[in-house]
Amino acid sequence: MSLSKDQVQHIATLARLTLREDEIDDVVAKLSAIVDFVDQLQAAPTDNVDPMAHPLNQGQRLRADRVTETNERDRIQANAPAVQGGLYLVPKVIE
Amino acid sequence: MGQDAESLHGRTLCGLRDGLARREFSSVDLTEALLERISGVGAPLNAFITVTAELALQQARAADRLLASGKAGALTGLPIVHKDLFCTRGVLTTCGSRILDNFVSPYDATVVERLAAAGAVMLGKTNMDEFAMGSSNETSYFGPVRNPWNAALSPGGSSGGSAAAVAARLVPAATGTDTGGSIRQPAALTGTTGIKPTYGRVSRYGMVAFASSLDQAGVITRCAEDAALLLGVMAGFDPRDSTSAEAPVPDYLAGLGKPVKGLRIGIVRQHFDAGLDPAVAGPVRDALAVLEAQGATTVEVDLPNLDLSVPTYYVVAPAEASSNLSRFDGVRYGHRADNPKDLLDLYCRTRGEGFGAEVKRRIMTGTYVLSAGYYDAYYLKAQKVRQLISRDFASAFEQVDVIAGPTAPTPAFALGDKTDDPIQMYLNDIYTIGANLAGLPGMSIPCGFAGGLPVGLHLVGAHFGESTLLNCAQQYQALTDWHRAAPEGYA
Repeated sequence: MSLSKDQVQHIATLARLTLREDEIDDVVAKLSAIVDFVDQLQAAPTDNVDPMAHPLNQGQRLRADRVTETNERDRIQANAPAVQGGLYLVPKVIE
Repeated sequence: MGQDAESLHGRTLCGLRDGLARREFSSVDLTEALLERISGVGAPLNAFITVTAELALQQARAADRLLASGKAGALTGLPIVHKDLFCTRGVLTTCGSRILDNFVSPYDATVVERLAAAGAVMLGKTNMDEFAMGSSNETSYFGPVRNPWNAALSPGGSSGGSAAAVAARLVPAATGTDTGGSIRQPAALTGTTGIKPTYGRVSRYGMVAFASSLDQAGVITRCAEDAALLLGVMAGFDPRDSTSAEAPVPDYLAGLGKPVKGLRIGIVRQHFDAGLDPAVAGPVRDALAVLEAQGATTVEVDLPNLDLSVPTYYVVAPAEASSNLSRFDGVRYGHRADNPKDLLDLYCRTRGEGFGAEVKRRIMTGTYVLSAGYYDAYYLKAQKVRQLISRDFASAFEQVDVIAGPTAPTPAFALGDKTDDPIQMYLNDIYTIGANLAGLPGMSIPCGFAGGLPVGLHLVGAHFGESTLLNCAQQYQALTDWHRAAPEGYA
């Protein structure tokens, strides 16, 4: 296994994912297989090659800083699990 | 409708358009006939997550009024279904995931908006691999889609519901999305015609994001002409998509019907290596011979970094996915875990419960390759190799107009066959992923059968070369009948 159980638990924490006890071994095995598979990239000679961030090698288009949206808070918040007075509710963050 | 209903579902989109124009039937007749097929003969395929019958009939009635008043648009009264990855205002939009199983979109995707504005009637939302992450439709929270050619087999993925619905003649056309092959591979495995345009050609606005530098919307239809009709409506600049291409859209329908004499077709030797099922190689070679007989020439081209395309993709796509999918936090929409003890517990359990196994693997792969100490070795390295792959294609397109080969290494495989081996599943897209990495348009068209199952011919074009692909496909389809074959029980 190229990844240990501890490493996988750490990645899961970074990714904000709880893994069930019964799925961890499977995740360790399959994630290790994927990492081994993509490791073949290391052999490719890429000196002086620019990384490609856009498939047409284009830059980011900018738009004018103008208000284009209307306030649709109620319609958008209709999808929220918990709202009160137009605010999203989450568990207490500050004691 | 009896007799008429039977004849309606067998027609192509262009055929239906002509029938509507001649008032042979109404859009309501057509809509009712197809809704009956979807809930009848089509039901066991599990191709739909949501059927919007009432909305469809409303749209069909409005279409009939427009047709009667002579104010019809390009698609007035024509039925279409959308992959459940496109946001549809007021309609459930799940992306095949538990984490969005209650999400009713407050807005329409640009693709949905443009097709509706042209008069299309939406019949429903199709099943798909969860967040489009899969090549078999088995990662859907709503269960796998079955292949109409054999119910024990996968229709491919991730646009498997769209492909199965078109193959089974439940609908003449469906939208799809393609990040690594998700339109073309299911089109190949179901005997349908699928096109993924150039990156940026069709707006991504309102598509639930998977890997933003690779995602592109397209269509699955029964023939190239129908694909040209729809793509013409969908394509074009959209200020709401930050990577939308500001390039004029040619008239794709007017670009059809040109002889392929003189067309230079590139053949990649590695595409016919040991990884290809010989039963697939045969029909693909025969298809190339058909085009050569019409005066097209074949040239061998080299894509030296082709072997690295799948590993490159499985760094870049998961990295982008891990970032895109961080928005699913149980706060603003979608599933939320019960009784969280604090905010971190809310995030972790919501996501742990809401995402399926494959999506979690990809998020974690992406998190790993972007994490401190691994970024240069994996993510930056993959972006450099992506550049090399893209350059390979660019030099190939200096010599040829299209690159042709197999779409997928095998015909449709059994459900459950590859679910335990992600790498084997990933290798399904070995011939299609390159086009996504390089942002090129790609198309799959039916070109024969292997053991009674459809085989797809894959065509890749230069940037914004959709017209060349559509014309080549239409010319091939004018000489062959493979695209007209219907699975038993669905004719």
